[in-house]
Amino acid sequence: MAERVETLNMPKRRTGGAPQWVDALLTLLRYIILFGFAILFIAPFIFAIANSFKTAPQIASAPLTLIPNPFTLENYRKLTQGAANVPLWTLNSIIFAVSVTLARVFLCSLAGYALARIHFPGRNFIFLAVLATMMIPGVVLLIPRFIILKQLGLLATYPGGILPIVVDAFGIFLMKQFFESVPGEIEEAARIDGATPFQIFSRVALPMATAPLIALSILAFQGTWNELQHFLIALGPTARDLWPLTLGLATLRGAGVGQQLDFGLFLAGSLLMTLPMALVFIVFQRYFVESSSHAAVKG
Amino acid sequence: MATTHIAGQRRQELVAGYSFVGPALLILLIFLFIPMFFTLWMSFRDWGGISPPANSTPIGLEWYQKLLFEDNIRRSEFFLAFKNTFYYAVGVVPIQTALALLLAVIANSALLRFKGFFRTTFYFPSITSSVAIGLIFLWIYQSGGILNQTIKFFFPDYKNISWMNDPSGLIHNTLGLFGLNIRTAPSWLTETNVLSLTLWQWISGPSVTMSALMMLVIWTTAGTMMLVFLAALQDVPRPMYEAAAVDGATGWDQFWNITVPMLRPTIFFVVTLGLIGTFQVFDQMYVMTSGGPAGTTISLAYLIYRAGFKDAQMGMASAISVLLFIIIFVATLIQRRVFGDRAQT
Repeated sequence: MAERVETLNMPKRRTGGAPQWVDALLTLLRYIILFGFAILFIAPFIFAIANSFKTAPQIASAPLTLIPNPFTLENYRKLTQGAANVPLWTLNSIIFAVSVTLARVFLCSLAGYALARIHFPGRNFIFLAVLATMMIPGVVLLIPRFIILKQLGLLATYPGGILPIVVDAFGIFLMKQFFESVPGEIEEAARIDGATPFQIFSRVALPMATAPLIALSILAFQGTWNELQHFLIALGPTARDLWPLTLGLATLRGAGVGQQLDFGLFLAGSLLMTLPMALVFIVFQRYFVESSSHAAVKG
Repeated sequence: MATTHIAGQRRQELVAGYSFVGPALLILLIFLFIPMFFTLWMSFRDWGGISPPANSTPIGLEWYQKLLFEDNIRRSEFFLAFKNTFYYAVGVVPIQTALALLLAVIANSALLRFKGFFRTTFYFPSITSSVAIGLIFLWIYQSGGILNQTIKFFFPDYKNISWMNDPSGLIHNTLGLFGLNIRTAPSWLTETNVLSLTLWQWISGPSVTMSALMMLVIWTTAGTMMLVFLAALQDVPRPMYEAAAVDGATGWDQFWNITVPMLRPTIFFVVTLGLIGTFQVFDQMYVMTSGGPAGTTISLAYLIYRAGFKDAQMGMASAISVLLFIIIFVATLIQRRVFGDRAQT
């Protein structure tokens, strides 16, 4: 550390602090850049919301107007008509996201706890194998997962949509790291009192792990709610009644290739799909920040 | 007595350990480990996806032969997808990393207000599904859409770009400004065939449509990566900057001589994640372009999907998967060389 600071002595352009007006100007510049980007990041959503309440001719002629005139709910109504079965797809999204989240939280914390606390032969090997799965690019598994689901008779079923993504190596890793970071005396005391390992896990260890459990739940819910590729393979192009929102809306777009797309419908659908995540985000913001490094894997 | 007690405890730990790890392990085994080897096995076979996979015909290395060594349509498609994916990754990764770092450094200033607001707005696109964002941007990118209208507002002479339907490459277009196009290009460029694409095709750059997808992905992910950098910046000791400032180092000097060296491991991490992610790009193509126009947005992942599920060539799709795995592996090794070595000196 010391040598690094030493090398910084070299560039001597100005001695003493910069004049005050330079500092003020720099601060102003910072704000201009940050607000500029803030607008860039949020504007698409604002315009999407405004236009989702407009009529089709209005969307075409005046997309930049922020106040819909006349105001219409027609686009949202269309989500329940024709090929679009958004109420059912929303229900499916909820079914998939909730089951994956609950199962993943349970299985990953169970495995992570065992790898951190219970001494059994093969433990290190298993942990390394779990870590190794994190290196597998998901897209490489598309074809074989299809084959395996087909062999198990799980193609286009709810379990086929849920099971393959129920365990996530990162989740196991996260829980193991957590349990290793907390002292084990209380668990030891519970063991001496005659509690079974599962009792110790569920009554003593798990209640301490609120923070990583919430982070893991958010990751699982967000990942499943937004997932497209896996459901495309596991549920297929014909099982419309099982589709989650992502697959339903994406396929609806595909069906309209070559014709004029009904953008009002897609804007309404996209916003509807975004709303639950936005609510979760607002409530649990700080946990998102903690788990963001993992989410970065997804492009 | 004591020894049997310890033995009993050992046995209990063994049973508990395996029954705790077992369910998760079983899922990983069935849906991750076995599929890995299954891909490899299937890449040596010819299978349409309907009959039981065991009935597929073993054909040895034929898919690899066709994809890599024979001048035919399959090889030109594979390398077209490779070229598209390569330009995509090489465009997206540096820009998203640089933008994220820039925003993080600016937002990290101690005196800055509204930090929470900036963090929230920058991060929001990353929590939204790629399908929702894809559909919204499909609308934004229309030729009469709000992007073109906004540009036109500032530059009245601007001619609408059809963002979602322009196969011309950025490098081709740039060369075109200097009068070099397919008609004026020398024949060694237009006629030399390298891996079933002409040299002229290789140097196209990403198409306008692919660039539109790249902008969208940079827009989506920059916020996430910014948060990673912000977290890392907390660990850079402030006295270093203060000492440098006393010695007269400008903000620019401080950035290059303190911030970048201190953040090198984080930059390495972000670039690795970026590479792994970009080489697998799929959702944007599926939702927005279906690989078009003129095949310029077919990524390797999209090619795997199309070969396996549209053209019923599961064997070939598996062979492409194996090749993609190798490509990602090599790309991360190369970038490890570039960043890793310097991190040690």
